[in-house]
Amino acid sequence: MIELREIRFSYPGHEVLAGIDLAVEEGELLLLAGPTGVGKSTLLGVLSGLVPEHTGGTLSGDVLLDGVSILGRPARDRAADIGYVGQNPAAWFVTDTVEEELAYGMEQLGLPAATMRRRVEETLDLLGIADLRHRDLRTLSGGEQQRVAIGSVLTMHPRVVVLDEPTSALDPTAAEDVLAILTRLVHDLGLSVVVAEHRLERVVPFADRMVLLQPDGTVLVDVPEAVMAHSPVAPPLVELGRAAGWSPLPLNVRDARRRARELRTRLDALAPAAEQRTAPGEPVLTARDVVVTQGRSAVLRGVDLCLLPGRVTALMGRNGAGKSTLLWALQGRLARASGQVRVTGADPHTLDGAERRRRTGMVPQTAADLLYLETVGAECADADADAGAPGRTRAVLDRLAPGIDDETHPRDLSEGQRLALAVAVVLAARPPVLLLDEPTRGLDYPGKLALAGLLRELCDAGHAVLVATHDVEFVAGVADTVAVLAEGEVVSDGPTLEVVVESPSFAPQVHKVLGSPWLRVDQVTAALATAGTA
Amino acid sequence: MAWWAWAAGLAAAASATTNPWLLALLAAVTWVVVQACRGDGSWARAFRLYLWLAAVTVVVRVLFRVLLGGVDGGHVLLRLPEVGLPEWTTGIRLLGPVTREALLAGLYDGMQLAVILLAFGAANALANPKRLLKSLPPALYEIGTAMVVAVSVLPQLADSARRVRHAQELRGSGRTGRRLARLRGLRRVLVPVLEDAFERSMALAAGMDARGYGRTGEASAAERRTTGALLLAGLLGTCVGVYGFLDTTTPRWLGLPMLALGAGCAVLALVSAGRRVGRSRYRPDRWQPEELLVVAGGLAAGAGLWWVADAAPRVAHPGVAGAPALDLAALLVPLTALLPVLVAPPAPTVATRQPAGPPAGRPRAHDVHEEVAQ
Repeated sequence: MIELREIRFSYPGHEVLAGIDLAVEEGELLLLAGPTGVGKSTLLGVLSGLVPEHTGGTLSGDVLLDGVSILGRPARDRAADIGYVGQNPAAWFVTDTVEEELAYGMEQLGLPAATMRRRVEETLDLLGIADLRHRDLRTLSGGEQQRVAIGSVLTMHPRVVVLDEPTSALDPTAAEDVLAILTRLVHDLGLSVVVAEHRLERVVPFADRMVLLQPDGTVLVDVPEAVMAHSPVAPPLVELGRAAGWSPLPLNVRDARRRARELRTRLDALAPAAEQRTAPGEPVLTARDVVVTQGRSAVLRGVDLCLLPGRVTALMGRNGAGKSTLLWALQGRLARASGQVRVTGADPHTLDGAERRRRTGMVPQTAADLLYLETVGAECADADADAGAPGRTRAVLDRLAPGIDDETHPRDLSEGQRLALAVAVVLAARPPVLLLDEPTRGLDYPGKLALAGLLRELCDAGHAVLVATHDVEFVAGVADTVAVLAEGEVVSDGPTLEVVVESPSFAPQVHKVLGSPWLRVDQVTAALATAGTA
Repeated sequence: MAWWAWAAGLAAAASATTNPWLLALLAAVTWVVVQACRGDGSWARAFRLYLWLAAVTVVVRVLFRVLLGGVDGGHVLLRLPEVGLPEWTTGIRLLGPVTREALLAGLYDGMQLAVILLAFGAANALANPKRLLKSLPPALYEIGTAMVVAVSVLPQLADSARRVRHAQELRGSGRTGRRLARLRGLRRVLVPVLEDAFERSMALAAGMDARGYGRTGEASAAERRTTGALLLAGLLGTCVGVYGFLDTTTPRWLGLPMLALGAGCAVLALVSAGRRVGRSRYRPDRWQPEELLVVAGGLAAGAGLWWVADAAPRVAHPGVAGAPALDLAALLVPLTALLPVLVAPPAPTVATRQPAGPPAGRPRAHDVHEEVAQ
């Protein structure tokens, strides 16, 4: 139906796509994967017509829709056939309420009012958002916003829907909802769907075919099982399959469980290697019965939490459960209505800025907000000057993300590198407590692994770390304890393994397949290796 | 739409007078109406920004009067050393004696400007700028969208400034001289905020483009030329007409007739351009009696003060020599702009947007998508 022929795209001095041939068939779900910064969004932009018009750069090759070239047609003229949903739906909304947003595209197409009315109703029901119809778009949760964004292109009745990372900012349950809608579009309505994703573990089971975009700008297109065999980015299930030597690789938990019968019996006799941890000292941060209100409604209702040096705690929970609020309250900026927070013996809310920074370092959700200078070198020097320790920031940065040129502009860094820089800047003051808000957003598997390594290193150096995140697999990889927040209350709190066993939506894939006490692929491989040598 | 007309009425009222009492009354009326009628959208919070802007305007106006002096005679309050300027700048002088009259004139001028600003700020806070789009003729839609995007940037900027300021508290301020620190402080907030605003607008542009905004209808070159010519003639006619109307020394025929001709051309051009726009409207807003009353309130204040300016110039433009006079009629006029407090339809808020009554259960989603599928 849609065909890309010999697509080449380059920015001056840097080739992104090098001769891509790809055909999107009727009624298939095509998954686009690849490491960060490899050009996934660019390829989707070529499909929708936003590249190169909105990005610059030079494009050659041809895009065909039913055999007719549409390369010269701008995105606005393709909208009726190709619906595009961007990475951050909140920034894309043109109108104010759900209903108007759904109608917006149709208004542009000039459809008669009766048709618009009917399609809005149909779409509201299809996406299960009928009760949100008059709501202000900004007051919606992330998952709801994503569904509205999908709805706003569906009303135009496109034949292909293109989505750029539709679940990356969503909590596990909301992400499931969005994916269920996508599969429904493919199976019930016969639409074609093209999705780019980082967190493959969710999407791979639903994909009909998979496109792996490689760093050299070429693609590998095949059924997911075949592509996964070579993919540098792979979900834990696939890693497990590779470690166990299964072929074809399992893509969903059910297949893996059936395949794992033999592996489970072998592992029954083994246990994950005990991790070397120094005994925790006294808690460096304690929060008791913290209540924070915004206007008349309470965001946090009596939260208890304590952070030990040398331990990573993960903070999980729905979008809007109060995770960010809790972090800001612990940092001390946000005033509490009642309750107590002590960081190394003092209430951070009563301290001045510099003293607060010396006790608690925090990396906010948009790490770029911290950075304001033109070069990485200047950012480091600035942070050093503040901490009174020349070279310290750069040293941390080199450990996190080696090989960044001093002259680079922070905006030109990749998502992961920018995060590393922000962490380095915050750590320059050597705070005993480090708080991170959603640091895994936009990171691929190697990026997350590097971040996990960094957090472990900080722990070993005696820092206490609290990470707010949606990423189940990341939590399994890094956290010692997990606290789950809901409606402003801690609903479960304890060692990672215990919390994860309690709740199926927070369980990592390896645990779903092998059961307790296994959480990560590397535990399994290590155990098998020691059993093999013994 | 109604609110914009109401605000235009207020602005007209403000431009008709320099009487400080009347202006203060107008400002108070604006404030009361905004407090009573605004909703809970992010644009509604922008009014505070306009209040600040208005205050700054007044201060700047007065400072300029002090700096440039100008009025001779009157009660001298303070003697500042006069800065000598070269011969050729006759008529301009820097500093010099500060008179009460000059200060008051600056104050009145500034207040007039400030009230006009407040009127627009109020419209911005009360009316969702995006709703305005729905009432524009189709030919102006695209320009209108651009303007609405520009207007809605302000509250967004305020939001992202707050976020960045909080984030910046998380890192130190560097260790440079005290004097540089303030400048750097401004910069470290400004750089991320502007970058953020830029990225947002790029994203919005992409989002609108991807949903078909700006599709060109099928129009022949001839049609396009006709539209262009009509539009140009309309603009020209209107300009000449307005000039002729306002400047009494020009011949009579240049006034009203040209204005009418220009307006006629402009309307024709809009219709012609509108015909080739392939766009439709989903649930257009209809005018309700309440909205007409809101407009009437604003316009009555405007017309009333113009009438006062005509009938009692001493009240509308009091001299700076004595205390400004007032009369009852002039005092009552601005109060008519309070009408919306009584009649305006309730602003949409989170609470009122919730479906009334218990939700009627989700209608058979199953049947519906089968229908879509066909």
